[in-house]
Amino acid sequence: MKRPGVLRTLAVLVATALTATACGGGDGEGGGQSGGSSAPGVTATTVTIGSHQPLTGPAAPGYSANSAASKAYFDYINESGGINGRKIVYKVVDDVYNPTQTVDVVHRLVLQDKVFAIFNGLGTPTHTKVLDYLNAQRVPDLFVASGCGCWDQPKKNPYTFGWQPDYIREGKILGQFIKEKYADKKVAYFYQNDDFGQDGLKGLDKYVPASQVAARQSYQPGGTDVGAQAQAIAQSKADVVVLFTIPTYTALFRLAALKLNYKPQIIVSNVGSDPITLTGLLESYAKKGGTELEGNPLIQGIITNSYLPAPGAKDNTWTELFRKIHAKYIPNLPFNGNIIYGMSAAYTFAQALKAAGQNPTRKGLVDALENSKFTGPGLVPFAYSKDSHSGYTGAQIGRIKGTSVVVEGQPLVTDAGDGPIQPSTVQQPQAPANGVPTG
Amino acid sequence: MNLQTTNPQPKNARAHAPLDRGWAGVVLRMLRRHTLLRHTLLAVVAVVALAYLTGAVSPYRDLQIAHMAYIVCAAAGLTVLTGLGGQISLGHGAFMAIGAYTTALVLNHWAWPLAAVLLAAVTVTAVAGFIVGVAAARLHGPYLAGATLALAVGLPGLVSYEPVTGLLGGQNGLSVSPSPPPLALGETFPLERWQAWISCLCAVIVMWLLANLTHSRLGRSLPATRDDEIAAALSGIRVARVRIITSVVAAACAGLGGGLLAVVTTLAAPGAFPLTLSLQLVAAVVLGGLGSLAGAVWGSVVLVLVPNWASDPDASAHLPHNVASNLPALIFGTVLIVVTLLFPRGMQGGFRWVGRQVKRRLTERTG
Repeated sequence: MKRPGVLRTLAVLVATALTATACGGGDGEGGGQSGGSSAPGVTATTVTIGSHQPLTGPAAPGYSANSAASKAYFDYINESGGINGRKIVYKVVDDVYNPTQTVDVVHRLVLQDKVFAIFNGLGTPTHTKVLDYLNAQRVPDLFVASGCGCWDQPKKNPYTFGWQPDYIREGKILGQFIKEKYADKKVAYFYQNDDFGQDGLKGLDKYVPASQVAARQSYQPGGTDVGAQAQAIAQSKADVVVLFTIPTYTALFRLAALKLNYKPQIIVSNVGSDPITLTGLLESYAKKGGTELEGNPLIQGIITNSYLPAPGAKDNTWTELFRKIHAKYIPNLPFNGNIIYGMSAAYTFAQALKAAGQNPTRKGLVDALENSKFTGPGLVPFAYSKDSHSGYTGAQIGRIKGTSVVVEGQPLVTDAGDGPIQPSTVQQPQAPANGVPTG
Repeated sequence: MNLQTTNPQPKNARAHAPLDRGWAGVVLRMLRRHTLLRHTLLAVVAVVALAYLTGAVSPYRDLQIAHMAYIVCAAAGLTVLTGLGGQISLGHGAFMAIGAYTTALVLNHWAWPLAAVLLAAVTVTAVAGFIVGVAAARLHGPYLAGATLALAVGLPGLVSYEPVTGLLGGQNGLSVSPSPPPLALGETFPLERWQAWISCLCAVIVMWLLANLTHSRLGRSLPATRDDEIAAALSGIRVARVRIITSVVAAACAGLGGGLLAVVTTLAAPGAFPLTLSLQLVAAVVLGGLGSLAGAVWGSVVLVLVPNWASDPDASAHLPHNVASNLPALIFGTVLIVVTLLFPRGMQGGFRWVGRQVKRRLTERTG
């Protein structure tokens, strides 16, 4: 009888002690206010920013490297003295690509961690759920990692900025390519059934005549069975299949087509086309299905579009810079398109923070971006202005060759409406020698 | 005879002697006798305490309090169903989903006032609870668990069913934009405190209703149906009817909880109602103390706070993603195991035990 009593007493004491420390330590607030600047998350020596990323779950393959690459670039900058003397503290929280968790973790980043800005939050279904909240709280919401056209609403959402080309622009450029190269072929669409896929189709439909489209099939992220959709597309006997998919579903569709011995020309929008990610996914899904295969030969010749330098690009100063940072900070991750993406977005953030001046405020950051003329790793210019919060304005058609994307033709720019598609007139500059933006 | 009269003072009389005299004594005796009055007083005290608490803490803590409050609604209903009625439900998350989607649809399409919206959520879920209850009243033990489990697994998946994706938004879910705090509270009144107020008020109302219910005739017949169905039936209790009513009550509470979830997170999406939510609710009820309404509160507090501490980005920065993302579940599970081993009656049982120990020590010292 005595023993449980002692144990119980001990347990109660431990629980009390834990609760006391948790309550005492949990309220780490008020720390971010000192140091001359009145903005939350900014001290004399640091700027704290946060992000929601799919580190686990269905969108994690490939995308989980983005934030690691951004962090590596910030670490690199911090080591050379930071931006305007402040080091960038980057807090990344996993939201599993689940909108409900996105809401939860973003509330936490804003209210508890008091971040200065949300940077590169990933996903259309996820980030749309915190859009109103961030703008109501006046938290800069920079460079959403998604090409939804919905980020570009400066009147309604003055604090939100896109970064990558929006899916309508991508759809238009891919659509024009199909119109020119595959005019008499049957086309099928396979897309994610949300703003991501639907926006892409809007762009495609501006160029590809409806009579040419033999099938439209969609999926909901979450499940991993796309057999029925692939079957329907194969039965439509389409010669060209356009995919607006995240990498997981690009791989699943490719495997399903292989199983059906269906060999169309596949065109994948940028987000679902990273060759190294796809190779890994194809092999791991094939293994789960009980077969061994080499993933890389399956994706050769897939057509896609790019707006950043390819990881395998020769003589590109940006690729060299990013490769150097990669080798120093995150050598264990494969050097792929996601690494280039994460570092390029981080570079743009560093530019914006520098432009916001010695004492950055939230409003100041937004103003700096609206008045910016940034150039950087991108193949095409940004659209940032008072009237547009859209990021890159176009892309270049490319083809998967080996483990890289080889671009062809010239970079194209357009708008998200009915405007024409034109060749870009802005040249990609050389990367700064020390890798830190100059202004 | 002689012995009894010389006995200095009966035990009870001594314990209450100083309080039983005067006004305080009258009030105490009245409270002990009148359940409704006692519960109302407790509810008023709770409202005042929560109003003070939500004003004293940071907006983020307010948000967490709002989360706890809507889980309390669902868990309190479940503890009545499972703890007192002996019917296991592994599908309570599905009822929360019904409540959340009803709230989102009504709010987005008709823009009713919030109270009416939540009432609609409660009504719709109660109807769903009735339907499930009619079926569940015929099932026992593992069959009941299986049926409710199927509900939790199947229902959130329905949103991906092609014909309704337009209405329910598929995996994307429905955004909810409840009205901001009234201007009368001041322009800078934090949204999170307003959400906490709404949530807490609903939780207090639920607790008040359930506390009165468990002290009613129905509440007393519940344990009877749980302990021995045949004996209960022989004593004139209509077992099936009692079970259906409990089912409806528990579902309605979960519906309110789900409605509040939609309002607080401004979202109704299937990702909010995975199977783990239903299992966590059961775990919270067991952790807090099966059948005890106060236990539902403790369980909900742990359910919200433990994963939050465990997933602190600063603390888990050095762990690999796969470890860090499973840490909350690991810690919650450990807490559950430790508590059930040491205090089989849950945290509420633990608190009672501590109370008894303290009281014993005190009486030993004074006596």
